[in-house]
Amino acid sequence: MQDFAAAIAEALRLIAGFDANLAEIVILSLKVSVSATILGAAIGLPLGALIAIASFPGRALAILLINAMMGLPPVVVGLIVYLMLSNAGPMGSFGLLYSPTAMVIAQTVIVTPIIAALARQTIEDLRSEYDEQLRALGVGPLRAVPTLLWDGRFSLLTACLAGFGRAAAEVGAVIIVGGNINHVTRVMTTAIALETSKGDLALALGLGLILLAIAIAINAAVLGLRATATRSAYA
Amino acid sequence: MPEGDHQLDTDMRDRRGGEVLPIQGRGLAFERRGRRILDGIDIDIEDTGTLVLIGPNGAGKSLLVRILAGLIQPTAGRVSWAGSLPDRRRAPRIGFVFQRPVLLRRSVLANTEYALAVAGVGRADRTRRAQAALERARLTHLMHSPARVLSGGEQQLLSIARALATGPEILIFDEPTSNLDPAATTAIERLIGDVRSEGTRVVLITHDLGQLRRLADEVAFLHHGRIIERTPSTAFLAKPQSAAAQAFVRGEIVL
Repeated sequence: MQDFAAAIAEALRLIAGFDANLAEIVILSLKVSVSATILGAAIGLPLGALIAIASFPGRALAILLINAMMGLPPVVVGLIVYLMLSNAGPMGSFGLLYSPTAMVIAQTVIVTPIIAALARQTIEDLRSEYDEQLRALGVGPLRAVPTLLWDGRFSLLTACLAGFGRAAAEVGAVIIVGGNINHVTRVMTTAIALETSKGDLALALGLGLILLAIAIAINAAVLGLRATATRSAYA
Repeated sequence: MPEGDHQLDTDMRDRRGGEVLPIQGRGLAFERRGRRILDGIDIDIEDTGTLVLIGPNGAGKSLLVRILAGLIQPTAGRVSWAGSLPDRRRAPRIGFVFQRPVLLRRSVLANTEYALAVAGVGRADRTRRAQAALERARLTHLMHSPARVLSGGEQQLLSIARALATGPEILIFDEPTSNLDPAATTAIERLIGDVRSEGTRVVLITHDLGQLRRLADEVAFLHHGRIIERTPSTAFLAKPQSAAAQAFVRGEIVL
């Protein structure tokens, strides 16, 4: 128990002292997860809008698949991206394995279906509400898309935050494709796994506390968004 | 010479392209799940004044105006706007006000400007024209509020202002006051009366005989998917021709 108390004290000291090692890991984590979220939004929002608005054969299957992929296990994503990027894989010649780029790719695969599925739901609901009115105003399908995206802005931003939360918290994918290399691909979740197994509880706890703080900050942002939306009678 | 003729022809079509009246429906029928909701309706909507559509629930009133506005395709028959098939480009010439206003998640002003943008009005003119429309609906003081914090009556006034902003030839109202209190109803009826007296064609669905008395120039009575009679409102109120309409005006339940 004394070990534990000492570890917490040391963890807090690391955080308060802006420990260089710790800061490096936190910054890389944020870089990777933010990049993956931006890429995931760039792919997922238009994809979700398209599935919500277009009618095409296999649409129901597309919705099923994209919803199912929200729960994609990160280790499986890591394994698949590993196979793609490894020397023998189709993208092996790029030499991306064990680089932050590989981690961004893996997290993008995890985040995109989350954003796409939530966006699809949001835009489909909004569309069923707006459809007749928009057509009465003379709005065609092409103009309807940006209208629906803008009017769904709060929910879509929440979807992106959900994607970021998932990316920042996952460990399975980044440890496989990144390899947890010190100063290169070590992020918060992989560092926690390693340091805990090594017995360096202070660094693990310090990173854990920061990860928790990030999770709380994301949820606060979601709540704040929702309050703003309600205040402006958005819902 | 043939080329000159062709040019003239194009000009005429372009000019006609801005117009939607008269709206004509010929042989309009609509079936849903084997049930015939509209049954061979012929209707002409031209000129000015207010035409009130009245009839029991399920008579097909809402469906008929949606078909005439080009929002729903009839199962049979055809609709024409000023002699040609409905098209999206002319949709802003027909203002449609629904029973429940559907407002964008934006400000009152932005809602109105949106309709103008869709109608192709340039950025410079949009704000001015939107403000003018809001002033007519007496909503200027709420211009910058989010549209969806407005009261029910204000929301409906906004949806009318939005429909008016593009300068339509005709406004179609589908029971615009059925969810509203008397004060809001009065404000909306005043606006409908103003619009009508400026020469905009008004088509109004209502279940309220008082509203019919206050606003109608002519009345069309729908029953079982057909127009049973269409007469000037004074004649209709004095003595409807059909037994069903007589019963309806007396306040009896018409099935």
